[in-house]
Amino acid sequence: MNILYDERVDGELPKVDKAALLADLKAQLPDMDILHRGEDLKPYECDGLSAYRTTPMLVVLPERIEQVETLLKIAHKRGVPVVARGAGTGLSGGALPLEQGILLVMARFNKILEVDPAGRFARVQPGVRNLAISQAAAPYDLYYAPDPSSQIACSIGGNVAENAGGVHCLKYGLTVHNLLKVEILTVEGERMVLGSDALDSPGFDLLALFTGSEGMLGIVTEVTVKLLPKPQVAKVLLAAFDSVEKAGRAVGDIIAAGIIPGGLEMMDNLSIRAAEDFIHAGYPVDAEAILLCELDGVEADVHDDCARVGEVLKLAGATEVRLAKDEAERVKFWAGRKNAFPAVGRISPDYYCMDGTIPRRELPGVLKGISDLSDEYGLRVANVFHAGDGNMHPLILFDANTEGELERAEALGGKILELCVKVGGSITGEHGVGREKINQMCAQFNADELTLFHAVKAAFDPRGLLNPGKNIPTLHRCAEFGGMHVHGGQLPFPELERF
Amino acid sequence: MTVSFDDSQQLLDQVNQALASNTPLRIQGGGSKAFLGREVQGTLLDTRAHRGIVTYDPTELVVTARAGTPLAELEAALDEANQMLPCEPPHLGEGATVGGMIAAGLSGPRRPWSGSVRDFVLGTRVITGLGKHLRFGGEVMKNVAGYDLSRLMAGSFGCLGVITEVSLKVLPKPRLCRSLRVEMPVERALLKLAEWGQQPVPITAASHDGQALHLRLEGGEGSVNAACDRIGGETLDVGYWNELREQRLGFFGDARPLWRLSLPTDTPVLALPGEQLIDWAGAQRWLKSDADAQTIRAIVSEVGGHAICFTAGATTSPFQPLGEPLLRYHRQLKTALDPQGVFNPGRMYSEV
Repeated sequence: MNILYDERVDGELPKVDKAALLADLKAQLPDMDILHRGEDLKPYECDGLSAYRTTPMLVVLPERIEQVETLLKIAHKRGVPVVARGAGTGLSGGALPLEQGILLVMARFNKILEVDPAGRFARVQPGVRNLAISQAAAPYDLYYAPDPSSQIACSIGGNVAENAGGVHCLKYGLTVHNLLKVEILTVEGERMVLGSDALDSPGFDLLALFTGSEGMLGIVTEVTVKLLPKPQVAKVLLAAFDSVEKAGRAVGDIIAAGIIPGGLEMMDNLSIRAAEDFIHAGYPVDAEAILLCELDGVEADVHDDCARVGEVLKLAGATEVRLAKDEAERVKFWAGRKNAFPAVGRISPDYYCMDGTIPRRELPGVLKGISDLSDEYGLRVANVFHAGDGNMHPLILFDANTEGELERAEALGGKILELCVKVGGSITGEHGVGREKINQMCAQFNADELTLFHAVKAAFDPRGLLNPGKNIPTLHRCAEFGGMHVHGGQLPFPELERF
Repeated sequence: MTVSFDDSQQLLDQVNQALASNTPLRIQGGGSKAFLGREVQGTLLDTRAHRGIVTYDPTELVVTARAGTPLAELEAALDEANQMLPCEPPHLGEGATVGGMIAAGLSGPRRPWSGSVRDFVLGTRVITGLGKHLRFGGEVMKNVAGYDLSRLMAGSFGCLGVITEVSLKVLPKPRLCRSLRVEMPVERALLKLAEWGQQPVPITAASHDGQALHLRLEGGEGSVNAACDRIGGETLDVGYWNELREQRLGFFGDARPLWRLSLPTDTPVLALPGEQLIDWAGAQRWLKSDADAQTIRAIVSEVGGHAICFTAGATTSPFQPLGEPLLRYHRQLKTALDPQGVFNPGRMYSEV
């Protein structure tokens, strides 16, 4: 089923008089950039999920928070949907525009307001790039820990909206674990502060609730992040295995030895070959799987842990264990992994990146399941895996120019996510639901749970003007979607009318 | 002896009866933190029969336990696998339960370095104010599907639903733990802590009792021993941290009301009437004082912090009052999750 906004199942959108809205905005916000002509709107019709495009009615590019405030007040009064967008790197279509909505681009809020080494925090505007925070903190030997692979481009406001992750989450946590305070504007354009400069704040933990809420509860206008001291050293071990099962078990063995690596990544043979071809990282191309294990911290401890992990890997049946001999080799080992996506892009005209999470013990069964599905759908799948935290990124290889392949890739992707849910995992570990996984939400949550999510949304945005249609599917959509997935003769959501 | 029993149907029935008769419920586990917050008038909902560890796989670093599980039982199970709850939740009395630990959201001395109770929550099962037993989050480290209602439950004092089960991230215990006592004035201690905070020094607890800085260092042998050599001082009995966490140090014996101040970590020494004990490297300070709530909160708010009264009955607003529009959204959220207002009404705020 198509994931673009469909009023029949996603709910009716307000009818907006574009000319009147534009005139109102121009009158009340004379110095704000507003794009409204077709050719100007084109670049904003998608985010990082480029297979899906919708031309927004208007794009606004404010530079001052007061402008956003006024904009939201106007939109609220007129009942116009508002979709917020940061750098537009999101992979789940969380910033996919609406034809009947304003696309609010926060990218121009790109100032670092304060870096406080003694308080170990940085206060920044939402459009500041993730990596720019660590760069600003670097003179004090501090950094911001979450590092999604898009960190050179993605913005911190978007990171908050998506609860972004990265390769170091097992040890250092997600975005939600690294925030102190977020300032937002409510749908009515009121300022509200969530969290505080202290480690907690009075009342409910709205900071946790807003993190990962995909722009549905409020608009992020300022973010205060925690900074950590940079680890003194980081070392990387590369281990090769002749089966993915053995590699998977080795991960459990490392943790059983009481060691929490800074990063722990797994790649399967197809990804290894693609990455090696592209980056020449020195990966063993005959291996069925490799593990990259980064240990960071104080030099003496890292040295000890490397020896311990090396032993564990050998006992787990690694055919080869290599310790990066210097910083250059360490960077090279990582470069292969970090470029796995573009590397796969070189061996296939298109690829579709999934983001399921599973309890780690389920890995062998899930990889087998993916391999069977790959045969069934006739599409290759390369697997890269944040092995430490159970977050898989199967990459489905396809050719959009071949009739029906995109649809097949999507269907295969949906099956993979349902497999993740079945073993106790989640349809998304760090990319978010957005529009991309809106149908799979129906597999992860039941009607009562979805109803409660809608109630939470209504508590902050009763008319549903902020990013409508994202993150939480309507029960009608689930009924339609569920109709295609009849389990054991039982139709999910039998009480609902079908279209 | 450990007992495992699924009493969720009974809890759900009791909630549904309360909803049908519009009777407020007072949710309680071991009652060890009942002194915190405002008094609730309502029928007792006792979670303690719903208990036991549901799943625990040390190599997954995840444990799932029912709300009524004694916290001590959970800690013992983790201890056996040489793992721990890194947030060191205080018991504050006999019989503390896992559900109470989540609902109160209180964390121990390791909190600034490890994260809070909320940070280790991966998933919850909750009975809602619509009389449904629902599941949010899960047993995986990364999960961004839907709104994060599980972490929202931490520290909500039962006002948003009955927590019946929780999945928590756990971690291996550090290989080495050493504690130090270094005589130095509090002003100097705060400066040193700010300096060490910017370096990879393996501190996992830091308190100052007015006379001396107390430090705990944890990690590998190399880093811990090197840091101890560098910092100096004398060896401190590791039991100090438990006494601090459980509020059993001499300081807590003072008859005046106890306040918890939550402050930006680099806040200098605050002039407040009464005695102070510094924890969390300065981010949490305990105050024994006869001063009224307004006086304390004015000083604490000025530097960006807030104050909670830990002595029952000492003030009518133990939690720092919320301003607008925050209070309005608290009310609306409460109404969304508990439309009839049956769960612990008024425990945090009279309006919620």
